[in-house]
Amino acid sequence: MTPDDLLFTKEHEWLRIVGETGTVGISDHAQKELGEVVYVELPKVGTKFDSNEPFGNVESVKAVSELFLPVSGEVIEINEELGTAPEKINQDPYGEGWMIRIRLLNQNETADLMSPEEYDEYTKQAE
Amino acid sequence: MPVEYSGIAKEHTAVRTAAGLFDVSHMGEFEVRGPEALDLIQVTSTNDASKLVDGQAQYSAMAYPHGGVVDDLLVYRHNAEHFMVVVNAANIDKDFEWMNSHNQLDASIDNVSDDVTLLALQGPKAIDILQPWTDVPLAGLAYYHFSRGKVLNVDAIVSRTGYTGEDGFELYFSAGKSEPVWNGILEAGGPLGLLPAGLGARNTLRLEAKMLLFGNDMDGTTTLLEAGLGWIVKFDKGQFIGRDALLKQKQEGVRRRLVGFEMLGRDIARDRYPVFIHGREAGHVTSGSPSITLKKNIGLAYLPAEHASIGASFHVSVRSKLSEARVVRTPFYKREEYA
Repeated sequence: MTPDDLLFTKEHEWLRIVGETGTVGISDHAQKELGEVVYVELPKVGTKFDSNEPFGNVESVKAVSELFLPVSGEVIEINEELGTAPEKINQDPYGEGWMIRIRLLNQNETADLMSPEEYDEYTKQAE
Repeated sequence: MPVEYSGIAKEHTAVRTAAGLFDVSHMGEFEVRGPEALDLIQVTSTNDASKLVDGQAQYSAMAYPHGGVVDDLLVYRHNAEHFMVVVNAANIDKDFEWMNSHNQLDASIDNVSDDVTLLALQGPKAIDILQPWTDVPLAGLAYYHFSRGKVLNVDAIVSRTGYTGEDGFELYFSAGKSEPVWNGILEAGGPLGLLPAGLGARNTLRLEAKMLLFGNDMDGTTTLLEAGLGWIVKFDKGQFIGRDALLKQKQEGVRRRLVGFEMLGRDIARDRYPVFIHGREAGHVTSGSPSITLKKNIGLAYLPAEHASIGASFHVSVRSKLSEARVVRTPFYKREEYA
């Protein structure tokens, strides 16, 4: 089940906002499409990104896919565990497979993001 | 054939440790018959098919007069006047026209690709899975040999060949029988760990075994000598298309060679990523992927001959970042010999 406290991008990232902090990962749909993740390239803590800017890459056996930040933010933490266990993105995309935490730089950017229901509908249409 | 059924890594590992079943019916098959069938094959391909005995297969290729590769292929000898040539799916029409355009001999070429199903059962358990369902004595079938027989009561050619680097069999039979045979083998092999496997695993498996992929690792702009396939170019067999150009290249020495490499860091080199030597672009990755068996990131690339020795260092541009790679011995993966 898709957790109901997430917002989604059309590029299949999710964002969970708690206060002024956002956590970002990729959706269950995205990890299934990619297949077994073997490597994640994440930015350095302190890097700032605009919304929709690429912040890293996720690589599976078959493909590499860019990661886009749903909203503008400054990286405050990256999920170091993924360095040795990138498969967590497949196993638990909304939990232990999280990628980065950011400090939100603009609280008003979430309007373009999709709710879990809207995202489910979006991925169904894409199929 | 889909890219994957249950996941590339899972399917790949099944082939290395148990078995995988691939539907490779997209491959093309030509029947070449007639008193001069052998002569036609000899003039259009680079290996020496006169060395084949009935029931033997051979890896070969067709070359252009300038030495570039038309296609790589398998030649099967049924008898002195009947051969089967197996070609890449994307090249069926091109190859058929090519062979026909050079056929001034007493030989006929039939393109039977649409009538033939080809399943590849690959992996160390392949023999145990298949033997109860075929009357062909598999233990007596040597590598690159084949036999006609029944598989699940369907007339088939059982060939000890493959594109994975494992022991295994390729089964050719009438296209109308593909479903029952596919399902029957999967059912029979399930308890032994057999999985259906897709194009993704086929690619990662063949790359580990350094089996080349036409269109990636060789094409009309590269030669068999550059690709490291000099062993299928038999200059002493007589005249064949491409011989003069290839002989000249052999005498002068190749200027670039296809090498296998490993990435030193965690970056993954992928198909068509640019290759740099001393800061200058020097080609591109022809095939690149994580190696599931070896847990390394591997690939193939053409490098200038003077920079292609084992251990030579170069860089692959991974998303505009130069990432170090090193030329290694190939194949990357070699199975233990079967008895």
